[in-house]
Amino acid sequence: MSIDANTAAKVAKLARIEVESQDLEALAKEFNDILGFIEQLNEVEVDGIEPMTSVTPQKLIRRSDVVSDGNKQTSVLKNAPISREGFYAVPKVVE
Amino acid sequence: MSNLNNLTISEARDKLKSKEISSLELTNSCLSAIDAADELGAFVHKTPELAIEQAKRADERLKQDNAPDMCGIPLGIKDIFCTKGVKSQAASRILEDFKPEYESTVSQNLLDNGTVMLGKLNMDEFAMGSSNETSVYGNAINPWKVDERGLTPGGSSGGSAAAVAADLCLAATGTDTGGSIRQPAAFTGIVGIKPTYGRCSRWGVIAFASSLDQAGPMTKTVRDGAIMLEAMAGNDPKDSTSVNIEVPNFEAMLTGDIKGKRIGIPQEYRLDGMPSEIEKLWLDGTEMLRQAGAKIENISLPHTKYALPAYYVIAPAEASSNLARYDGVRFGRRAALSSGDGINELYEKTRAEGFGPEVKRRVMIGTYVLSAGFYDAYYNRARRVRALIKKDFDEVFANGIDAILTPATPSAAFGLGEMSEADPLQMYLNDVFTVTVNLAGLPGVSVPAGVDKLGLPLGLQVIGRPWEEGDMLNIAHSLEQSAGFSSKPSKWW
Repeated sequence: MSIDANTAAKVAKLARIEVESQDLEALAKEFNDILGFIEQLNEVEVDGIEPMTSVTPQKLIRRSDVVSDGNKQTSVLKNAPISREGFYAVPKVVE
Repeated sequence: MSNLNNLTISEARDKLKSKEISSLELTNSCLSAIDAADELGAFVHKTPELAIEQAKRADERLKQDNAPDMCGIPLGIKDIFCTKGVKSQAASRILEDFKPEYESTVSQNLLDNGTVMLGKLNMDEFAMGSSNETSVYGNAINPWKVDERGLTPGGSSGGSAAAVAADLCLAATGTDTGGSIRQPAAFTGIVGIKPTYGRCSRWGVIAFASSLDQAGPMTKTVRDGAIMLEAMAGNDPKDSTSVNIEVPNFEAMLTGDIKGKRIGIPQEYRLDGMPSEIEKLWLDGTEMLRQAGAKIENISLPHTKYALPAYYVIAPAEASSNLARYDGVRFGRRAALSSGDGINELYEKTRAEGFGPEVKRRVMIGTYVLSAGFYDAYYNRARRVRALIKKDFDEVFANGIDAILTPATPSAAFGLGEMSEADPLQMYLNDVFTVTVNLAGLPGVSVPAGVDKLGLPLGLQVIGRPWEEGDMLNIAHSLEQSAGFSSKPSKWW
């Protein structure tokens, strides 16, 4: 599997990280080095082995579906870079 | 009284309980040591006022007879733990000035036990790194020094390791996703414990790879690790992977008696080109355990070779998902926007300037291995290999092996900047002996056991059965006693 600059650009877009076009070739090379290392996994016989979901043999613990906390608008907004009238403020998203 | 900061937790506990010293004196001694050690880059947010207030409260509590063992003990807290009202950035620019409105369960457990927080400790950004060189705060520096070079304290818990080794605090918290407690502990001549997955709550610990992350203590002795782990651990309804299992008195399990314990030596850990010093350390450690009455057996963990490649699929995959929350909207840093920029530019610019190169690389690798068309080939295959790695350990333990002895790292601490020209894979090899333990969810401890030819500390790793940290620590304690490692870095900072 070889990644070119176009694929690198697509991955950067999916990850929502801006990458300058002149940096895409170098990024693609890094991806290829790491993926080349990962390719070793193809040597392993994995037929019939279930992908691991948890190292502990327990089902994910569920809590009761009840309100246990709330009324913390000030706390929630405290670290927001920009908030207005009790909301997070972002650029316009709907035309 | 001077140099109280040099005490271990167990020594300080006894002196605090007998009223020979106060927590305030102890805390002030650490605060002075911290202020004189800025060169080490270990403490990145100091909280002296908070520490003094907590120390005074601890002294009140120590007037009663039933104060907890950790009451009045001054600690450093890794920057990855959310601490209420105190900057918690996981050493990332994207969390610039983030002050949580809540306290992580582990740090709260410690506070409930009466501990004192001296400040926050340096680390690799989002715990991604093995040398503390990816931190937005700059490097942490190893207090061990043998020539003009500045050495890495390891990573990601590099600030924690440097602070404990330099006696700036009695102990520190760390987190370990692939070796981030054990490798820096080995590089600085201290003890680092990664508990069984689920032993310590992950709630309020800034997430890197949720199925691998586990918090643990970094201390001067195995006994201190046992005392501190007990205070950190416990079931937490706020972490659905936290396991409801009794937390024993780990310290009481340090009997020193390991007669008849069956110790496995995994042949696959004998790497080609392994430095002879590491080989010798491992043999010496094996001999020490044999002398102490343990039975040494060669074992096989056939999928060891595939642990690092599996890790470098699973950890970035989980990181790409966990780090999706840093979007410049709810907390942390937001990039300046140009006119006409919309929400996507907000995300892309914020993440481009907020994340460092290693974090970006891992988020993008994770995005790739989870993307349509590659999910099965990479992510699911890695999870299948992970199941086989765990099965290797399960079988060895089912055959009656009590613990496994390996080197902690493939080398001693290296110079800062020495790896910068190498490709990222060279850095990843630091975790070759530790990463299997995270993939299998097992407990592991790094114990200082010797020095290399330059005089730098080297560590051995004891891997325990799941939930049997007590037994594991008892074996580590025996090793610690036999090795008699007591060197300290001489003060140059």
